[in-house]
Amino acid sequence: MIIRRNTVEARHREAVRPTPFHTRTSAACLSNEWTTWAGYTVPNVYDDMTYEYFTVRNQVGVLDISPLSKYRVRGPEAEAFMNRLLTRDARKLSPGRVAYALWCNDDGHVIDDGTVFRLGEEDFRLCCQEHQLGWLSRSALGFDVEIEDETAALGALAFQGPTSCAVLRRAGCEGIETLRPFDTRDFDLQGIAVTVSRTGFTGDLGYELWVAAADAPVLWDRLFEAGALHDPRPVGLAALDLLRLEAGFIVTNTDYVSAELALRRNRGRTPFELGLERLVDFEKGHFTGRRALLEAQRQGPRRLIVALDIEHNKPAQDALVYLGGKKQVGHITTAAWSPTCKRNIALATLEAVTARRPNPDLRVEIYVKKELKWRRLMARAKIVDRRFFDPERRRTTPPADY
Amino acid sequence: MSSSFDAVVIGAGHNGLVAGTYLAKAGRKVLVLEACGSPGGAAASEEIAPGYQVPTYAHLLFNLDPVVVRDLRLERHGLRYAKGAMATAALDRDGRHLIIGEGLEGLGGRGIAATDLSAWSDMSARLRRFAVTLAAFLAKTPPRLGSGGWDENRTLLELGWKIRRLGRDDMREFLRVVLSNVADLVEDELEDPLLQAAIAFDAVLGGWTGPRSPGTVLPLLYRLTGDSAGLPAARRLPQGGVGALTQAMAGALREAGGSLRCDARVARVRVEGDRATGVVLEDGETIAAGSVLSSIDPKRAFLELIGPHHLDAEFAQRANQIRMKGATAKLNLALSAPPLFSGLDTTQQAERLLIAPSIDDMEVAFNALKYGELPQTPPMEIVVPSLADPSIAPDGGHVLSAVVQYVPFAVKGGWDAVREDFQTSLIAQLEAYAPGLKDSVVAAQLLTPADIEERLGTSGGHWHHGELAADQMLMLRPFQGAAQYATPIDGFYLCGAGAHPGGDLMGTAGRNAARRVLRREGTT
Repeated sequence: MIIRRNTVEARHREAVRPTPFHTRTSAACLSNEWTTWAGYTVPNVYDDMTYEYFTVRNQVGVLDISPLSKYRVRGPEAEAFMNRLLTRDARKLSPGRVAYALWCNDDGHVIDDGTVFRLGEEDFRLCCQEHQLGWLSRSALGFDVEIEDETAALGALAFQGPTSCAVLRRAGCEGIETLRPFDTRDFDLQGIAVTVSRTGFTGDLGYELWVAAADAPVLWDRLFEAGALHDPRPVGLAALDLLRLEAGFIVTNTDYVSAELALRRNRGRTPFELGLERLVDFEKGHFTGRRALLEAQRQGPRRLIVALDIEHNKPAQDALVYLGGKKQVGHITTAAWSPTCKRNIALATLEAVTARRPNPDLRVEIYVKKELKWRRLMARAKIVDRRFFDPERRRTTPPADY
Repeated sequence: MSSSFDAVVIGAGHNGLVAGTYLAKAGRKVLVLEACGSPGGAAASEEIAPGYQVPTYAHLLFNLDPVVVRDLRLERHGLRYAKGAMATAALDRDGRHLIIGEGLEGLGGRGIAATDLSAWSDMSARLRRFAVTLAAFLAKTPPRLGSGGWDENRTLLELGWKIRRLGRDDMREFLRVVLSNVADLVEDELEDPLLQAAIAFDAVLGGWTGPRSPGTVLPLLYRLTGDSAGLPAARRLPQGGVGALTQAMAGALREAGGSLRCDARVARVRVEGDRATGVVLEDGETIAAGSVLSSIDPKRAFLELIGPHHLDAEFAQRANQIRMKGATAKLNLALSAPPLFSGLDTTQQAERLLIAPSIDDMEVAFNALKYGELPQTPPMEIVVPSLADPSIAPDGGHVLSAVVQYVPFAVKGGWDAVREDFQTSLIAQLEAYAPGLKDSVVAAQLLTPADIEERLGTSGGHWHHGELAADQMLMLRPFQGAAQYATPIDGFYLCGAGAHPGGDLMGTAGRNAARRVLRREGTT
């Protein structure tokens, strides 16, 4: 195995670690409201969070997702390595396809989830929330693979919303409309090599663009020029968090603790407890955590992530969840008022026995501050399908030309 | 051609033979596979000059499991002792040697201060009490941590109870010293440098530790748990050389109906549906088996025979990180005349001889090892087995066997460049204690840790298939998750020195592993 770290040493000492799009994002960030993501500095809000949210739902939003951890896995045993790493069958992933996948430690507890790109027979790219080079290196013992940290070398943009396809076509991505969900293809945009995948974290029609760091600013400019008619707008992380909640997507170390950070062994979460059993394939041969997961499957989950629809319109962020108003059965990890669904929605982790009860009498303890005065609400909640927002356009190929 | 067995054992060293014999005695169809041309592993003899049979690697028995000897009726299969209950002579450059009686009893030879005599009497008795506390635990399958099972926790409770039963003062002392270093232990109570070093030698023999390395008291206690005919830690010399032990074991295996095949190197264990279903030999032959037991070191067993593809990532890492850097070499000499160690009488010449002048001398030799250099005067354990057992050398000739401590696996400059000089310096070191020895050398064999790895296949050439240290003993041997003979691969077991209780010529690991296999069969 060969491990290429590619760390940009000097950057660690800078207060602001810019992404390849920083010159463009900083010019567009009117609010000066920044946040850090995996060590990088990115806008949380450019101007107005609500406006940015509606940009994605109604036209097209541009998100700088360069801080995503990106790893390239190449070599004769790349497929065998990925298959032993992931809980799903990497052999079924064809070149030109992308898959949502997760990976576990020996205890069957999820370390992180992300998207796996198959760029060639012996060529994969793994994109995820947390730094994973350590885990990937440790997993590579005995495999003929080369693992490269591409995080700093690649700029990444999420281009999401109903008009995303139309703008990309105008920008020069010929045939982009034939891309099915989870397809990935290389394009040449007047001399710039761009990989475009029909993937995203917003639950809407959308694409993600992967480009060499040096070409990143030019790509940004091209997209905005091509989209003049459709008015693409930069979108910050605050809006993304709402968008992904509506889509029912979970975030590592927000909605569940990564096994790498769990100090107590029983705090780790199995894929079953995340509601992602569809991503576990016991028939594909051995993978890390398989034996523990077989046992976990036999014992059944102890907790479950569920989606809640809560009465009133006050977001229930971090609230405790009670059964029958008394017994504490879980807590909320992400919550918001959904402007599109017009519902007060949340993701919560509940005891499995409660989560599986038919119509449990759930109450959510919400604290609301009005003019610096706190009020406590005990709001009723019911368990609903996790995909709060799931439009047909997300799946249709070719997408309608909005 | 393919064949099928209830159990296939990889490696015909003492543990492999013991495991195979127990299974065969229980009525299983057993095949023991050996990569070399003859059985024996680290308990083998070979001829290095016409008529000169040397103990190639290990040369003494001192904690051979008495239950194994009884169950396998090894004495009926030809195990005899040329010399039992050997004393130790710690050699002094000026001829004022120290004699430690068999079983740690009695000190003699050089003038020992009265304070040392009484201190040693207290200390050796105390160490033996501690060893008895540990001994019961060593014979058992260690508990699996975090399993919460009653059986597992009971074993832990029993150890706790045994420590408690030592009494308040002994318990405190046990807990105080058990993880500390052996130099502190002996320097606290004893004055004589030869005596200090002789005790320390037993704590570091075969390991990559110096007397001042943390955790060296535990291996000392572990060695004291052995007993030879009721005498704790007494050394014995098998008649006909150490190879006679494994010959007797091979006889027991045959009598029990088990088969042995030599020159059959296993390339990999066949794993189907997360279960070991047999082995594939280097020539491609497949042998199907209900259970596969490996007596080779756990690092190779997991990473080469099973392969990381069949293992969880952290598990494979733990296998890869077993500490097993060999630090022990072997010097075997064929001599045309008896070596005469000055200052020892005729009977003393045939005892176990130690060259370890002081703790500091040992530590200095260990320093060289740390940096991949050759020690100037490495500590040695010397036996002249032909004095008690003339059958292993031609008339008038003798065999000298020396275990040489603190020899690096990878030496600076490479072994080819320094091997000859090092061998000469070792013989010169012996010559200083036994004048005339050099001129009587007929043939010499130096086996470095690298040679041992090549010949026996043990990673790093480590004598114990993994350092004997607190973090790799008991329920952590060879590492957490693999410590109960059974492994995550159903049907694949560890039965060698890399499993609990560990190295030296004990046979307990082989016996425990066989019992585990039979118990597992019973439950499925």
